[in-house]
Amino acid sequence: MSFFTKPTKAKATATVRAKDDGHDRPVPWIENRPRSMTDVSAQEEVVQVLRKCLESQNLPHLLFYGPPGTGKTSTILAMTRDMFGPELMRSRVLELNASDERGIQVIREKVKNFARSTVSQNDSGRSCPPYKIIILDEADSMTSDAQAALRRTMENYSKITRFCLICNYVSRIIEPLASRCAKFRFKPLPVEQSKAKLAYICGQEGITHEAGALDQVIDASEGDLRRATMFLQSAHRLYTNQALTAPAIQEIAGVIPAQRIAELTSAWQSKSYEAIRTAVDQAVWAGFSAHQIISQVHDAVIDGAQWTSLQKAQLAQLMGAVDKCLSDGADEHLQLLNFMMQASKLVA
Amino acid sequence: MSLWVDKYRPTALDKLSYHAGLSTNLKKLAASGDLPHLLVYGPSGAGKKTRIVATLREIYGPGVEKLKIDLRTFTTPSNRKIELHIVTSNYHLELNPSDVGIYDRIVIQDMIKEVAQTQQVDTNAQRKFKVVVINEADALSKEAQHALRRTMEKYMANIRIILCCNTTSKIIAPIRSRCLLLRVAAPSTDDITQALQAVAKKESLKLPHPLAQRIADASERNLRRAILMLETARVQQYPFSEDQAVPLADWQQFIKTIAQAMLQEQSPQRMQQVRNNLYELLTHCIPPSLVIKSLAFELINQVDQSLKTEISHQAAFYEHRLNSGQKPIFHLEAFVAKFMSIYKRFLMEMYG
Repeated sequence: MSFFTKPTKAKATATVRAKDDGHDRPVPWIENRPRSMTDVSAQEEVVQVLRKCLESQNLPHLLFYGPPGTGKTSTILAMTRDMFGPELMRSRVLELNASDERGIQVIREKVKNFARSTVSQNDSGRSCPPYKIIILDEADSMTSDAQAALRRTMENYSKITRFCLICNYVSRIIEPLASRCAKFRFKPLPVEQSKAKLAYICGQEGITHEAGALDQVIDASEGDLRRATMFLQSAHRLYTNQALTAPAIQEIAGVIPAQRIAELTSAWQSKSYEAIRTAVDQAVWAGFSAHQIISQVHDAVIDGAQWTSLQKAQLAQLMGAVDKCLSDGADEHLQLLNFMMQASKLVA
Repeated sequence: MSLWVDKYRPTALDKLSYHAGLSTNLKKLAASGDLPHLLVYGPSGAGKKTRIVATLREIYGPGVEKLKIDLRTFTTPSNRKIELHIVTSNYHLELNPSDVGIYDRIVIQDMIKEVAQTQQVDTNAQRKFKVVVINEADALSKEAQHALRRTMEKYMANIRIILCCNTTSKIIAPIRSRCLLLRVAAPSTDDITQALQAVAKKESLKLPHPLAQRIADASERNLRRAILMLETARVQQYPFSEDQAVPLADWQQFIKTIAQAMLQEQSPQRMQQVRNNLYELLTHCIPPSLVIKSLAFELINQVDQSLKTEISHQAAFYEHRLNSGQKPIFHLEAFVAKFMSIYKRFLMEMYG
C-alpha cells in the first residue's frame, strides 16, 4: 500500500519537460502530491469522513493537525482539486503559508477581502459546491492577534467561504478558532507504509540501496515522509550511481554515528577530566552540532539499561538546561564540556 | 606579498589534501551540472571556505577568481542607511549579512532578491544559475532565516545558495531541510603536519618533523592557525631547530598570563589588574566569548581535579550569561571573581 499512488506519472512528465528545455532545474520529488482524494490512501479515517463531506457538498470549517510530513497539506490540496477541478481552483482557493506575510494586517485585508468576495462563476460544467476555500497552512505560527482577527471573519462569511487551518500543535490555535472547526488528527505514518512508499520512489527513480539504508532514512526522518523523501533525493544527487548505504544517509541527515555517542557516554564512567575533555574535543572538531549530540545522547540515556531511573531523570534535567543555553546561543564547546562533567558527576 | 595561508590555499578540488571522500562528492555534484542549496558546516580552520571556492571554480572555471568588492547601501524601513561590503565575481557573490546586526533581514531580502530576479543573460554561460555564498550563516537572525526560506524556494531557477557556518544548531529546521548538509570536520594532526610540510616545501624551507608536530598540536586542529604559526616561526628564527618555541598568537599568550595571575593571587588588587588586562583584550577586538573560553580551558587545565567540574560549570554559566547579556566585561569579571573565590576557598581548606 502506498501513500501517494498516481503522482509518479505527473513527475515523470515533469522531469522530461525539464530536460527538453535544457533547463537544469531540479524537480523536488516531494512536490509530487496526490492529485485526487482517491489517491490518498493513508489516514483512512480522515479520508473517509472527508469523502462523505464531499458527497454531500457541505463542508464545515476544517482544522487539520498532526506531526509534519503526514499528509495534511496533500490531503486538503487533493480535496480542493476534486471539488473545483484545476481551473476553478485558481479563483476559489487561497493558500497562505508561513512564508507569506500573515500578520494581523494581512488577515484584515487580504483574507477578509477574499472571504467576502462573491463566489466566482462556475462555467466549467462540473458540479461544484458554491463556496471558496481559504487554506491557512502552518497556522500555529500565526500570532494570536491575527488568529483573533479571524474569528468574526470566519462566521460572517461562512455562507460563501470555508476555512481550513493546518497546524502541528492544536494547542497553539486559540480556543475560539478551534471550537469553530471540525478537528482532524493526522497520525504519524506506520513504518511499513513509509518504507513501502520509499521503496516505491527508489524503484521509480532507479536508486539502488543496501539493506538497512531505508530503515536508516525512516529512522533519521522521525516518521516524516517529506524529510525522508528529501534525504533520498539529496543522497541520490550526492552518490549518483552508487548503492545507498546506511552511513551515507546518516551523513546527509547530520546524524552522529552511534559509536561516537557511545564514546561520549562511556567517558562519563571514567570520571577523569582528561578523558572527558578528549571526547568533547573530538566531537566538536568533527563538526557535529551540540544540539544533535545532546538529543542523541538523550535517546541513548533513555534506552540505556546501565542507569537508574533517578539518574535518568537527573540527566534529563541537565540536558534540558544545557539545551536552553545552547538555544540562547552559548558556546557549544563550553556547554558540552560542562554537560559532560556534570553528567559524569551524576552517573559515576 | 600575501600571507602563506592565502598564497597556498588550494584552488581546485583535486588539490585539496584531506577529506578525499568529500572532495569526490563535491566534484560529482559540480559535474552533474546542477547544484542543490548547500549548507557547509564545521569548526573554523577546517577548510569550509576553501572547499566552497574550489567547488565554484569547478563549476564556473577560473572566472570566479576575478573578484571585486562593492560597497552597497541598503535602506531600512525606518530610513536608516546601512552599508555592507559585498565580494562579487561574474558568477557568484559573497556576503556576510550578520555584519549589519539586526538589519540582516533587509540585506537578505534586497540583495538576494535582486540577484535572483535577474536571469543569466549570456546564453552561452555554462550554468543558468548564480551562486550566493552567505558567510557566518549561524549568526543570521531568525527573521532573516525565515526570509531566506521563501527566497530559496521561489528563485530556485536562478540562484543557488551556499550557507557557510560553524554549527547547524542555530540554523532553523526548514532551511536545514532544504539544503544538502556537508560536514567539514577539522583536519587531524597528521593532515596538518602534511599540509605544513607541503607549504615549507613550496617555500623551500627545511621543516623538522618534531616542530611540525608541535605546531600541529598547538594549533588545536585549526589549519589556518597552524600555517600562520609556521609563518611566525619562520620570521622568529630560521633555520628551524627542533626544540624551537612554538609561537602562539599574542592574545593567547596574554590569556595565559592572565590565567597565571589569577592562580597566583586572589585579591581585589589582582582583580583590578585582571580587569585592565581584559579591557586590553576587548579593545583589541578579541571576541569576549573566545576570551572566556580560552581562559576557562587554561584555568581548568591547571587547577586541582576536584575543582574542574565546578570551574567548567561556572565558565559555561557565565558564557551563557555573556551571550544573553549586553556588556561583556561584566560577565568576564563575574567569572574571574567567581573563580577567585572558589579557588581561594579551596586553597584555604587545603592549607588552612
